Amino acid sequence: MTVGLFIPCYVDQFYPNAAIATLELLEKLGVEVAYPLKQTCCGQPMANSGFGHLAAESDELFIRNFSGFDYIVAPSGSCVLHIKDHLHSDKRPAEAKAIREKVYELTEFLTDVLKVDSLKARFPHRVGLHQSCHGQRGLKLAQMSELVAPPFSKPEQLLSMVEGLELVDLTRQDECCGFGGTFCVAEEAVSVKMGKDRVADHLQHGAAYITASDMSCLMHMEGILRRQKSNVKVLHIAEILNAQEL
Amino acid sequence: MKETKDHAALSEAFNADEPRVNWHDETLWFVRQKRDRAAQTIPDWELLRETASRIKHNVLSNLHDYLLQFEASARANGVIVHWAADAREHNQIVHAILQKHKVDRMVKSKSMLTEECHLNEYLAENGVEVIDSDLGERIVQLAKEPPSHIVLPSIHKKKEEVGMIFHEHLGTPTGMSDPQALTEAARQHLRETFLTRRAALTGVNFAVAETGEFVICTNEGNADMGAHLADVHIACMGIEKLIPERKHLGVFLRLLTRSATGQPITTYSSHFKKPREGHELHLVLVDNGRSVQLGREDFRNSLKCIRCGACMNTCPVYRRSGGHSYHTAVAGPIGSILAPNLDMKANADLPFASTLCGSCTNVCPVKIDIHDQLYKWRQVIVREGYADTKKTMGMKAMTATFASPATFKLAGKAGRWFMRHAPFAVNNRLNPWYKQRDMPAPPKESFGEWYLKNRKKKHE
Ligand code: SF4
Repeated sequence: MTVGLFIPCYVDQFYPNAAIATLELLEKLGVEVAYPLKQTCCGQPMANSGFGHLAAESDELFIRNFSGFDYIVAPSGSCVLHIKDHLHSDKRPAEAKAIREKVYELTEFLTDVLKVDSLKARFPHRVGLHQSCHGQRGLKLAQMSELVAPPFSKPEQLLSMVEGLELVDLTRQDECCGFGGTFCVAEEAVSVKMGKDRVADHLQHGAAYITASDMSCLMHMEGILRRQKSNVKVLHIAEILNAQEL
Repeated sequence: MKETKDHAALSEAFNADEPRVNWHDETLWFVRQKRDRAAQTIPDWELLRETASRIKHNVLSNLHDYLLQFEASARANGVIVHWAADAREHNQIVHAILQKHKVDRMVKSKSMLTEECHLNEYLAENGVEVIDSDLGERIVQLAKEPPSHIVLPSIHKKKEEVGMIFHEHLGTPTGMSDPQALTEAARQHLRETFLTRRAALTGVNFAVAETGEFVICTNEGNADMGAHLADVHIACMGIEKLIPERKHLGVFLRLLTRSATGQPITTYSSHFKKPREGHELHLVLVDNGRSVQLGREDFRNSLKCIRCGACMNTCPVYRRSGGHSYHTAVAGPIGSILAPNLDMKANADLPFASTLCGSCTNVCPVKIDIHDQLYKWRQVIVREGYADTKKTMGMKAMTATFASPATFKLAGKAGRWFMRHAPFAVNNRLNPWYKQRDMPAPPKESFGEWYLKNRKKKHE
């Protein structure tokens, strides 16, 4: 099995550690991983802003980069959801369809494809898990509080395998943090207020770290934490699942 | 539309008072939690939603036939049926009925349709005084504001503020803020209204094609009071309010109030079928853009809406920006889908007033794909040329960069390019990101650079 590693543009530029942890984690689990060097951005920010019609070139590039793999895995629910829902090609519709079907967010790949049931990871800290909406409600990584249905959570399932980790409860289990792509600047006031409230929920419950399967939500919350001079840190879930802390 | 400010500007103003935003957010979250508890008591809740959605699907697919069936049954019951193509015609029809009966004072129960048509203003201009009999509506009417929520019209007002409004307009003592006392004052004031009005207007929650009857849901009984004491009852409904048969009411009545307020059912679910002896019952069927929306395949589902307001209560943006920031009769997620259909230019901002978190879609009792429709409206609005130029230029520059891996790498290496043009900061003038948030600290190398150094041999 070869996996094509899809690293969102802003993770590549700002959060290389999340990408490295994703790569190392997959390798540790015996997966053959390759990172196509010519990848840029999946086109999600354009599409989300209503410029989906400009995404043709990024779609073609994405198809060129990722067609050959058995699976495509990314440490980002939001970018994966975009590819799954919106990647298309008039020139190569079959390849586009194949990609839409084999692209996975990291945690769902670990639970559903690799069926990971144990991890050699240790992270003895109080951690708050932020459920990123596009992953949770879009990819159904976890049950949603609005629905009347039995609970489950793929990220939580994995975090429970980490030695020493203590997951904190939140008052609002799955409220959006307010990042929302270009929403975070176009609607600055509401975006920040949502982020502050989301962060406060984690702080009130004594989290030392906030984690998520989407780095974009974390980047937004980190921006707020830093501005508040808080020493609570954000870490991508891959970094925790890959942690060896003694 | 005389609106000058967009959703972002209006919500920035709303956010100037943070404790108030907290209060607004918590009040509505409380309603959302009540809704959750009510939904959880019904094991088949999701099945009920699916059933409701399918019934409405049937209605929308056969709207023409159901409307004719409904009209015929209603006429047979002695109801006078009118058809209005748009808001103007609706207002004229209502006015004509009042003129015929020489009525210049009317009592009205809650109807979002008449808000959409701006009926109150129209009638006021024509010398007709309208008193809203729903308590929340009466409060905003006295405050000279539009409702900020379709179910809880004055949810943005604190009880102390209501006390001040009542003091000013109804002569209650100053400083009165006890909800019980305020409600009693309103009741006394409205009693006089009910007893003296000869015409009453109500909305319609569900109209049954099979029988020609219709149902109005209120918690205060004000629709009944108005309709039963007046000689003329005018009921106004959007053409999408139909359901095929009376037996389907059970599905919708179970869903409506649980979704809206967490109550098992509204206090009054009043059925109207025929006029009483010597009285007139008018029914105005209003299109006002609905058939256009029906023709837009991507947005057709929005006509399933039963106006429960659950999508507003759950919406993290609505809770923190207030209903008025949507500058349209129906606020929140569903309003942001309906409004661009009525006026795309004036409401081009609304589909962007969402993080697309999807919570609205999940609570919606008729399973409207709300957040997906918001996404689709964005594409339409940009294609139709209603995006601002700066954003368009930024997007084009970004697309060009992303289309070329070489440019992207170079740009990334320069580092600062990304700081200035990163996806999340694409619309920046004074970098709205930085106003209340820090930027991430730039790492010494990108993942791509790290990979070349550390894994290059392996995958060359
Ligand atoms: S869209 Fe759905 S949730 Fe929103 S008001 Fe309409 S029926 Fe209720």
